[in-house]
Amino acid sequence: MDKVAFRLNVNGMDHDVLAEPRKLLSDAIREDIGLTGTHVGCEHGVCGACTVLIDGKPQRACLVFAIQAQGQAITTIENVTGEDGGYSPLQQALHEEHGLQCGFCTPGIVVTMEAYLKENPDPSERDIRDVLSGNLCRCTGYQSIVKAVQKAARRMRGEDTEVA
Amino acid sequence: MKPAPFTYHDAQSLEEALALLAEHGDEAKLIAGGQSLVAMMNLRLAQPGHLIDINGIAGLDGIERDGESLLIGALACHADIAGSDLVREACPILADAAGHIGQYAIRQRGTIGGSLSHADPAAEWPLMAILMDAKIEIAQPSGDRRTVEGADFIQSIYTTDLGPDEVLTRVRFPCVERDEGWAFKSFARRRGDYFIVAVGATLALDGAGRVSRLRLALGGMEVTAIRLVEIEQEAIGNTPDGDWIEHIAAAARGAGEPADDQHADAEYRRELACVLVTDALAEALNRSGRG
Ligand SMILES: Cc1cc2nc3c(=O)[nH]c(=O)nc-3n(C[C@H](O)[C@H](O)[C@H](O)COP(=O)(O)OP(=O)(O)OC[C@H]3O[C@@H](n4cnc5c(N)ncnc54)[C@H](O)[C@@H]3O)c2cc1C
Ligand code: FES
Ligand code: FES
Repeated sequence: MDKVAFRLNVNGMDHDVLAEPRKLLSDAIREDIGLTGTHVGCEHGVCGACTVLIDGKPQRACLVFAIQAQGQAITTIENVTGEDGGYSPLQQALHEEHGLQCGFCTPGIVVTMEAYLKENPDPSERDIRDVLSGNLCRCTGYQSIVKAVQKAARRMRGEDTEVA
Repeated sequence: MKPAPFTYHDAQSLEEALALLAEHGDEAKLIAGGQSLVAMMNLRLAQPGHLIDINGIAGLDGIERDGESLLIGALACHADIAGSDLVREACPILADAAGHIGQYAIRQRGTIGGSLSHADPAAEWPLMAILMDAKIEIAQPSGDRRTVEGADFIQSIYTTDLGPDEVLTRVRFPCVERDEGWAFKSFARRRGDYFIVAVGATLALDGAGRVSRLRLALGGMEVTAIRLVEIEQEAIGNTPDGDWIEHIAAAARGAGEPADDQHADAEYRRELACVLVTDALAEALNRSGRG
């Protein structure tokens, strides 16, 4: 099948891509655009490692064809930073709470939770666990991730601002 | 794995999608959210030669109220339905069920039209369509529309009344009445998994506190969700209390002909049906303004 030319907007920059229509967005981001922070685990929507934001909403990049994402704003983990260019509050909290070990699941979790905390700045532990159920982590046992998200949410609301 | 090659078509109108379906016949598949189809393509369980993207068709994702009905466009995603104030007010059980579908990121993209067309036996939308006697609106190749009842639309596992050249455009649900109680209850091994058994119920009472209408449907007991019509009819005029709930739940245990499969055996499904119906009716009664 012939390759087709199209343009993707990733992290605010336009990229010209030449790829077959069957190219998954996750593969286009990693192989054609060269941003390898978006991880690929299961390729059928279950593990959440490939989650990116499309027009601000967390979605599975392995369940979207790259060609479908033309004209939409794609945000990957590379674009998640704090205001000063360092860690975002969520990344800082994950760091402090040991919310990651191997880090394979982390980009998907960060991208998902950054979007979720905008939608719900004051989630209960249950809410957090519910959203986290879409991201498999084989290392941490999740407790530390839940704690980190709670801590980040508190800080983003202006409570508990002391950084360890 | 990676999907097999295909030609991509970005349909900008319903007419264009219908014409492309007519032209490419069995070789073609529509793609809405892709949350079932792309997973199947990645596993090479589906290998369409032509993929017709309907996401560019304007006006297919609306949610609006039309008198005593709620109209939900085929492209409305699960997250938008779950979060819609209009749905929460007009038919809250739909918002609740939509919030139980898969995980947060899946709900941002998966659509009601795609879920109904896909007809997974353990999916929430087919259960809701059967529970609420939804009217499924379908665009035909001629451009004419037809409407099918939820229970006639969902025919079997992954099998619907939809022709290969048709497009599901909209679903019409009745609004629940004021003071009508409702509940959706499901059991899955992990949060967000497809359910093993699920129950949908609505309960309306008359001025004397007797049942004036019960809707009760079970998913996971057969290849499609089933309405417990006899139980619904017998319930009319009953006074709903703890004994009544126990009686209905015991009857629900015997509903359908559940099969043993890798997720659960038949007896376990019957037990779940009984427990979930008990919980659902208690909650519906609580919400009915009487409880
Ligand atoms: C990890 C994971 C977990 C999930 N968990 C659940 C769950 O718990 N419960 C649940 O119900 N679902 C679940 N799903 C499936 C999800 O709800 C899908 O969104 C849904 O099944 C299909 O909708 P879609 O818009 O993604 O359709 P697509 O995948 O795009 O299409 C599915 C099928 O419907 C056809 N189709 C799509 N739209 C139309 C239309 N308008 N007219 C005619 N045909 C059409 C397509 O050709 C295709 O055959 C899960 C999915 C994943 C990946
Ligand atoms: S790689 Fe996309 S969800 Fe697992
Ligand atoms: S930190 Fe290793 S999978 Fe989550």
